Amino acid sequence: MDRRQFFKLCACGATTSAISALGLMPGTAMAAPREYKLLRAKETRNNCCYCSVGCGLLMYSNGSNGKNAEQAIFHIEGDADHPVNRGALCPKGAGLVDYVNSPNRNHFPEVREPGSNEWKRISWNEAFSRIARLMKDDRDENLIEKNSDGTTVNRWLSTGMMTSSAQPNEGGFITHKFARSLGLVAIDTIARN
Amino acid sequence: MTNHWIDIKNANVVVIMGGNAAEAHPVGFGWVTEAMEHNNAKLVVVDPRFNRSAALADCYAPLRSGTDIAFLLGLCRYLIETKQVNYDYVKAYTNASYIVRDDFEFNEGLFSGFDDKSRTYDKETWYYELDEDGYAKVDDTYEHPRCVWNLLKNHVDRYDFKTVSDITGTPVEDYEKVCALIGSTHVHNKAATFLYALGWTHHTKGAQNIRSMALVQLLLGNIGVLGGGVNALRGHSNVQGATDMGLLCQNLPGYLKLPNDNDTDLATYLGNYTPKALRPGQTNYWSNYPKFFISQMKSFWGENATAANNFGYDWLPKWDLQYDYTKHIDMMYHGQVNGYFVQGVNAINSMPNRNKTLAALCKLKYLVVMDPLATETSVFWKKAGEYNNVDPSDIQTQVFRLPTTLFAEEEGCIVNSGRWMQWHWKGANPPGESKPDAEILSGIMMQLRELYKAEGGVLPEPIDAVKWDYHNPHTPHGEEVAKELNGIDLKTGKQLDSFSQLKDDGSTSCGCWIYSGSWTEQGNMMARRDNSDTSGKGITPGWAFSWPANRRVLYNRASCDVNGKPWDPSRVIVEWTNGKWHGIDVGDFNMKLSPKESAHPFIMQPEGVGRFFALKMLAEGPFPEHYEPMETPIGTNPLHPNVISNPAVRMLPGVAETLGSHKEFPYVCTTYSLTEHFNFWTIHCRLAAISMPETFVELDEILAAEKGINNGDWVKVSSKRGSLLTKALVTKRLQPLKVNGQMVHTVGLPRHGGYNGLTRRSSSCNVLTTEVGDANTQAPEYKAFLVDITKAEGV
Amino acid sequence: MSAQDIILSSGTSELTPAAQVRRKLSKVAKLFDATKCSGCKACQVSCSEWNDLRAPVGSFQGSYQNPMDLSSECWTLMKYNEIEQDNKLRWNFTHSACMHCADPACLTACSTKGAIVQRANGVVDFESDKCTGCGYCVSACPFNVPRLDPIDQKAYKCSMCSDRLQVGQEPACVKSCVTGALKYGTREDMLFIADLRIKELHKQGFTKAGLYSPEGVGGTGMMMILHDVSQPENYGLPADPKTSVPVKLWQDVVKPLGTAGILATVAVACLHRITVGRNIVEEDEPAAFDHTHSDKSDKE
Repeated sequence: MDRRQFFKLCACGATTSAISALGLMPGTAMAAPREYKLLRAKETRNNCCYCSVGCGLLMYSNGSNGKNAEQAIFHIEGDADHPVNRGALCPKGAGLVDYVNSPNRNHFPEVREPGSNEWKRISWNEAFSRIARLMKDDRDENLIEKNSDGTTVNRWLSTGMMTSSAQPNEGGFITHKFARSLGLVAIDTIARN
Repeated sequence: MTNHWIDIKNANVVVIMGGNAAEAHPVGFGWVTEAMEHNNAKLVVVDPRFNRSAALADCYAPLRSGTDIAFLLGLCRYLIETKQVNYDYVKAYTNASYIVRDDFEFNEGLFSGFDDKSRTYDKETWYYELDEDGYAKVDDTYEHPRCVWNLLKNHVDRYDFKTVSDITGTPVEDYEKVCALIGSTHVHNKAATFLYALGWTHHTKGAQNIRSMALVQLLLGNIGVLGGGVNALRGHSNVQGATDMGLLCQNLPGYLKLPNDNDTDLATYLGNYTPKALRPGQTNYWSNYPKFFISQMKSFWGENATAANNFGYDWLPKWDLQYDYTKHIDMMYHGQVNGYFVQGVNAINSMPNRNKTLAALCKLKYLVVMDPLATETSVFWKKAGEYNNVDPSDIQTQVFRLPTTLFAEEEGCIVNSGRWMQWHWKGANPPGESKPDAEILSGIMMQLRELYKAEGGVLPEPIDAVKWDYHNPHTPHGEEVAKELNGIDLKTGKQLDSFSQLKDDGSTSCGCWIYSGSWTEQGNMMARRDNSDTSGKGITPGWAFSWPANRRVLYNRASCDVNGKPWDPSRVIVEWTNGKWHGIDVGDFNMKLSPKESAHPFIMQPEGVGRFFALKMLAEGPFPEHYEPMETPIGTNPLHPNVISNPAVRMLPGVAETLGSHKEFPYVCTTYSLTEHFNFWTIHCRLAAISMPETFVELDEILAAEKGINNGDWVKVSSKRGSLLTKALVTKRLQPLKVNGQMVHTVGLPRHGGYNGLTRRSSSCNVLTTEVGDANTQAPEYKAFLVDITKAEGV
Repeated sequence: MSAQDIILSSGTSELTPAAQVRRKLSKVAKLFDATKCSGCKACQVSCSEWNDLRAPVGSFQGSYQNPMDLSSECWTLMKYNEIEQDNKLRWNFTHSACMHCADPACLTACSTKGAIVQRANGVVDFESDKCTGCGYCVSACPFNVPRLDPIDQKAYKCSMCSDRLQVGQEPACVKSCVTGALKYGTREDMLFIADLRIKELHKQGFTKAGLYSPEGVGGTGMMMILHDVSQPENYGLPADPKTSVPVKLWQDVVKPLGTAGILATVAVACLHRITVGRNIVEEDEPAAFDHTHSDKSDKE
């Protein structure tokens, strides 16, 4: 033990003992662990949105799910009943709560006008009307009804679509119907990549 | 996956090759450790990098990226040579004895029928010899020189240990160990499973990588058995569902085909896709194609699909070319595309050749981005220093950014790679005004319908006819669509029990035949939560719904011999006893028929057997063959110097000039995922950003020393297509390999860089990658391309 | 587990014993099997998630390890070591968190009453609201685990998720572990499992495999199975951790005197406070901790 260590030791004893003696210590709370944070929180079952292992999740949100509470998810952990993950989650899944609550979530429909350097918030109605207008103009001009052999082909190549592989099947089916009924051929998913 | 995640625990040997399960599918990898702990399984990892899967492997072998086919064909040769073949299985359930046409040839790297100019094959000769009834001829004595077995033996004979090692760089000693371990599963009471993902698909010969493995599994008799199979671990949470939903340029839901220009009318179309049996008495399940298709048309067009209008067949668009995204971005780049929707994909980071994609997006009239996150794609028009060096005033694209919900804020079904359709529930409202994708597209669709009604226009009929009869057409409910996908008997209005009830007369409606049974009159089968596994083999029939027909292990008929006796009494899936079929899983065959009456196990094939010889299925040949990556570090193919790389690769005009040579770019670069991140999504997740805040490039110590690069230094990595700055991670986990007499160094680049998230700003690896892709799938080459690396000064 | 279930408490002597009811509660333990770990960081992330910790986003420093060190906002950290042995490469992963020593040096060193406790189940827990920030637990820990928070100047470390334990759940890190490298249960069960596993490893040829639960600290509540227990340095672990000399002296000599001497040392204490000031641990601390976790993204 060198002098420095000895000094540290004395200082330690002195300061803390002194503070105790002067009554500066926090009150009488005994050593209770932190309150278990999920008591009575609403629990919802889901599946991880990242990879295709499809791990079961338990999502916890505050509020009773009553009509006056706005649920917000504050914790996500693995579903121990799920036969594949049996409660476990990888680091991505374990951090899902920060994905759901990312500060980089989009909140409102926005448009960036040609040549502009900024976003402008618009209503859903405006978004739907403007997009539909652009699509119709392009489709009416460029839809190919027959090929050079005279076969009906009804394809629209000047608009395309890169579709999501994280949305549920039901959204996927709506996407498919949307695309094919308009004549879109150039649709693809990230499945290739 | 032919099998499913839990089934990995039944394996005796687990081979991770073309994937990195410990990092990309960590929880799935938990079943590998389960097999090692409780089934005494051995783990084999073959990868260019000693990764986190390799860290737990019993046997790790390095190989040069892009040489998997040579590795696996050498393994086939070894198995045949050492007689480590499951002969009973091969004889009963493969096309080994089938006779191939006598004009089929393979010479100096090319199969018969190649056309140099179009880079395509006339596949006429890649077929069986047929008898007068149209059935394939077979030779059960295996003496015919052109029976598949002899052709295969001859084809793989060139891949001896030395040749393989010379191509792959895998030391012979390591290679022998891998071969011996995998070969040990040729016996009836052992099985090996192969786990792969993007490490095999991200190549110019990705489909053939997987084919090569399938050859190995057929030789060993490992398909259709517990603990075996061909197991694509897949990528996104619902990429299986997205492909089931046919969200590809040439597909319809349920792996039906979008018609092309040759399918001039409905009858022709059905004729082209309804195969005839190639052997007597086979199930040939695709013979039901018309039932699946007509029922789907009823779900597309509802009452507007009638026999009189061919069930709306003409309203479907027909393709003349494969308009995958590479092709379409190329068209965009050439000014031929006006509008583009990007839904839940960060296209500018994910698609190959970032600089070209950026230039292409700048030429659009409008771009609609639907995403929960503020992706780089949505701000492609905004300058972000060197990461996105553009001038917004030059870019005339109108960009809409529409906020979508994510998984926690919506209900519905996603399908995991084990084909489990799992239902999930909404836990909270989305932020702000976000909407589910289905609502957004419905909003646009309803607006289009009104516009066409008001103004008329070109081909308004399908827009009017498309079945959108949801309770509220603006907000289709997940349950409504799920029931539509399952299918309904239009006469009784009842949900169907299974696809066996589908009709081709318009009396049934079914969005996706393979999903039939997922929402029956009994309710939502996907929401079931009985996790009991009474057999102890990991079959949980009461958990969710596994398509097709709640079957957990595909081709499970192959787990028994022809008489219905399980090959391995400790590995029973189905079994014929006391005049009946019994089993722990739904049989992948007609369980009402006796073994004598029932057909061969591969019921989706018109001949009912597994194919060593793939007929006309693939673009570059009925057998796999080693071709170098388009950018090869050795500049030749040691097997056939005149055919260096995949001859059937699609080369869009101008792309050849963007490929680099090994003289200018001497090092192989490979890209991959890290455990801590999921593509570019988690750069927006703080916890993930903390656990891995910045990307880097991994390189071996010898290369680092040669280049004067120290661990942590800034380096510049460049390909013919672009360059990026990143930091170096100098590691023992990469080693130079001796290939064709030279040392080849590999550098590794994670695929997680972005500049709009919570991680440190960085370039994404697609600045370097090429859009040249697999000849069949067009999956881009992300795993083997050439770069140079130098120390960056003054960063 | 409630306030009574404490068997050791800092800042007390035999004259003022800690509450000692329900000592029959089983000892629990965490078992980390390094031979089964895939280095995925699920334990690290779920620890931060459960305990509401967010360290600053760092930068690449030449390793997969991130953050670079434990901190008041990072109680579990995966560490990575590339080791070459017998011409074979091994990538060692270490689950680095509080070892929950049976004879905890931190508790011994701490003179603030009840700021560090050992619960009847063996868990060593910090009662941070009582912590005065002297930093002696930080210096005393032979595993270099506790850290002072640069803002509130209190010491923090893994609590083995005592809030989860009290409702009968396993720690968050253990629940998330994908390969089963982390296990939780009674200490007896963990020793039994470890014994079986080590025998198995010996059979597989890892003849030096063994259990790391060093005697110098009385054994640990987080035990580790290592491929080669003779070289714990390969996992970034100390070979022979011990309670250090000054800490032992504190425990054995000064503390018994302490109670009687409290008032006598007040003057010294005041002097110290005036002349020296607060004891600052000589460590590189991250510059800016963002306790609100508010994000300033580059979102447009």
